[in-house]
Amino acid sequence: MDDHELVARLRGGDERAFASLVRQHQPSLLRLAEAMVGSRAVAEEVVQDTWLAVCKGAPAFEERSTLKTWIYAILVNRARSTASREHRSEPVDGDEYEGCFDSSGVWAAPPIPWSEKVDDEIVAHQFAKLVSEVLPHLPDVQQQVLLLRDVEGLPAAEVAALLSISDGNQRVLLHRARCRIRQHLENAMGGEWS
Amino acid sequence: MMWWKKKRRAIVCEQAVRLMAGYLDGVLPEADRARLEAHLSDCPHCSEHLAQLRIAIVAAGRAEPDDLPEEAVEDLVAVFRRWQQR
Repeated sequence: MDDHELVARLRGGDERAFASLVRQHQPSLLRLAEAMVGSRAVAEEVVQDTWLAVCKGAPAFEERSTLKTWIYAILVNRARSTASREHRSEPVDGDEYEGCFDSSGVWAAPPIPWSEKVDDEIVAHQFAKLVSEVLPHLPDVQQQVLLLRDVEGLPAAEVAALLSISDGNQRVLLHRARCRIRQHLENAMGGEWS
Repeated sequence: MMWWKKKRRAIVCEQAVRLMAGYLDGVLPEADRARLEAHLSDCPHCSEHLAQLRIAIVAAGRAEPDDLPEEAVEDLVAVFRRWQQR
C-alpha cells in the first residue's frame, strides 16, 4: 500500500491501515525517541503522543513529504520538547581520530585490514547485531543522526531539517557515529582478525 | 592545460579521512574528490578505512529494532479507535 492510499484509509478510519503503519514504524520510532529522551518509559509516551498526532493530522496531511518523514518530524518535535523540559544535555564530544595520526598526518597505527573478510552473510548478520548493541552507547545526537540516515535511510537534507542542524554538522555527527561503529565492529571481531 | 594546473596538491591520511564523510555522501567539491581518490589509490590504509566505514554503513542499515509485541499494536489501535469515536 503506498502513502497516498494509506493516508486515504487513515482518513476513512481504517484500523487495519493504522495497525499496519504502527507495525511498520513503531519499533524504529521507539528507538529514536529513546535516543532523544533517554528513557524507555518517556519514549513510549512520546511515541503514543506521536500516533495521536498522526490520527489528528492525517486529514490535513498534504503529502508534501513522505508519510514516513512526516511521522518522524512529529516524533522529533515531540521528543525534543520533552527532552528540553527534562533538561537533557549532550555530553562533550571528542574527536574520533585523536591520536590516530602522527605529527605529519600519517596513520600512527594503521587500521587492521579486515574488510575483505566480511563478505559472507553470517558475518553481515553478526555485524547488524553488533550495531544494535553499540547504538545506545553513542552520544545522543550522533545516535539520532545515524538512526535516521543509515538505519532508516532518510536523505541528508531531511535529517538536517528534522534535527534542526546544518547539513555540515549532520555530516560530521554521522561520520563520528560511523567511526564508532566501525571501531566497535573491529573490537568485537578483533580476536578473529589479528 | 599547463602542468601546474594539472597537478593537484596531495593530501595526507589525516586530511583524507576527514574528507570521507562528504565523499560517501557524494557532496565533495570536485577538487577534493580528485585529491581524495588520488590519495586512496596510493594508500592501502586509507582505502581499508573507507572500506570499513562502508561495511559499518551496511551493517547499520540491517540493524533491526526490538520486536513489537502484538499487544502494543492493539493498544495503539485502541487509541486510534477512541480518536475516531470522539
